[in-house]
Amino acid sequence: MTTAQAAPTASGRLRRTPTRPGNALARSRNRWFWAFVTPFLAGLVVFVYIPIAWSLYLSFFDARNTVTPTKFVGLGNYAYLLSDQLFLNSMGTFIVFALVIVPLTFACSLGLALLLHKIPVMQAFFRSAFFLPTACSYVVASMVWRMSFFNGARFGMFNTGLRALGLDPVNWLEGGSNYWYWVVLVSLRLWLQVGFYMVLFIAGLNAIDPQVYEAAAIDGARGFNVFRYITLPLLRATSIAVAMLLLINAFQAFDEFYNTLNTVRGYPPYARPPLVYVYLISFGEGSQDLGIGSAGTMILTMVILVFSLVQSRILSIGADK
Amino acid sequence: MTAQQAGARGVRLSGSSGRRGRGPGLWLRYLALTVLAVAFLMPFYVIARNAFSTQSWITAASWNWLPNAFGVDNVARVLADPGIGVLAALGTSAVVAVLQTVGTVVIAMMGGYGLARWTTRAARWATGLTVFTLMVPTTVTFVPMFVMVSTLGWISTFRGLIIPGLFSAFATYLFRSSFVDFPRELEEAAAIDGAGPWRTFWRIVVPNSMGMVAAVGTITFIGTWNAFLWPLLIAQDPGMRTVQVALSQYMTSQGIRYPEMFMGALIAIAPALVVFVFLQRWLVQGVTQSGLK
Repeated sequence: MTTAQAAPTASGRLRRTPTRPGNALARSRNRWFWAFVTPFLAGLVVFVYIPIAWSLYLSFFDARNTVTPTKFVGLGNYAYLLSDQLFLNSMGTFIVFALVIVPLTFACSLGLALLLHKIPVMQAFFRSAFFLPTACSYVVASMVWRMSFFNGARFGMFNTGLRALGLDPVNWLEGGSNYWYWVVLVSLRLWLQVGFYMVLFIAGLNAIDPQVYEAAAIDGARGFNVFRYITLPLLRATSIAVAMLLLINAFQAFDEFYNTLNTVRGYPPYARPPLVYVYLISFGEGSQDLGIGSAGTMILTMVILVFSLVQSRILSIGADK
Repeated sequence: MTAQQAGARGVRLSGSSGRRGRGPGLWLRYLALTVLAVAFLMPFYVIARNAFSTQSWITAASWNWLPNAFGVDNVARVLADPGIGVLAALGTSAVVAVLQTVGTVVIAMMGGYGLARWTTRAARWATGLTVFTLMVPTTVTFVPMFVMVSTLGWISTFRGLIIPGLFSAFATYLFRSSFVDFPRELEEAAAIDGAGPWRTFWRIVVPNSMGMVAAVGTITFIGTWNAFLWPLLIAQDPGMRTVQVALSQYMTSQGIRYPEMFMGALIAIAPALVVFVFLQRWLVQGVTQSGLK
């Protein structure tokens, strides 16, 4: 419908082929363009844009347990969210999580890449070992972290270690004012993701011309100075991309929070990152409120759009230089 | 090869500077790498240890490093255990992951080619829309997608699990970037031989882009096999659960048994690990291209 209307308009104004102004040719070209992209664009419209528009509509209604609401509440759902302590806490949870996981993963992935860089043998083996967790799901990783590594019982791996050192076992996932669960969540995501970003840094390091290092060596640059004044500046584009990807991915954290903290009694009131909050209010705990869920989605979409725009802005500034 | 050469040069170079390369520094690096590799592989070992142990061995007063129940008993028990329902879940996961991977690659490949080859106003507009869509990951918009799918009546169906995930702006953009650099001469030669765009695409362009197909396919397969949030929402009927959802629900149920659960986990990670081991080269290429597009 929109596609059928767009095609003739576009072909009528085809100015990019002045040497061959044949209208039939232009029309056939347009037909081929639409033949190739229609499945993708139609899917995008039906499963991304119409749903988002619909959600925008729902966000102005009282949509408890329904997708065809009748009670208009204006900005009520947004007002509810901005005054809901649990929603504000979820943003706080994201900020705390991001402040830890982004710099930590960044430093560790760069460190691993540097450690691997230019070693004479077994590079492929070590790279694979660090990259392998990428193939593991958050569900299975959460199972290992929750049930074996950080099991609060005495037989947990870390508690056995603590007892061997003469220390008391820790109830890692007790929660409440016991903040040890952050160690569980951060170490899990670090393990699973660091290899991915290490691969990006390795590609960045390999793209640096070795002659730059030779020139630096001739000028007497050594050790840390080479890293500080040669490697790091030349990794600028990679570094920005990694930092922004880490931030955007941290914002979408769901799987490991849900699978390490959810219990038979439900999800605890703390440590709810934004997606967990929206999930619980839309589908969990008998609330099923798609109006507030939609309003939450709109807010989160805006936040992530800002992140993405900042990212492309920083990258394009870098490209101008 | 170029990396190899660069490596060789680097070693010689650092040998002259004396800070990196051979000598005690290199040994320390290998020591650190070995310790880290052991730590990184530990979770996989723990899965295997638990899968081949008995419940009492795992929950013994202190940590046991070695398993105590080798053999296929645990495998047979987990497959027969209706509490986890691993077998049915594996079937669902396999159907979803394979169809979603094939569908995503085909749709993204065609879309990417359309966006790369035609430069009409509509094509530029569509490229802009694709880039804009990239900025909002579909994970964030799961509520709208759920509303759509439930309206279509696709809850607890393969359609609901598979179809909404087929339209990846990300994969399409990756294919577009690679097709922009595709040598035009090859396509023109095919056109002179009388092949239309459709035939040229499938006979010339696709067979010459198998590296990109492998890269996108590998990333998509691992992503869909490991997906959790979307199947959690859609697979409300226990018979439609994917293996990740089945494991997750078993983990938070009462009276869980460790050996069965971790045997389920071992079976669940096997396909992704196999794909990883055999297609790692393409995965690395896909990650590099997707991260630094």
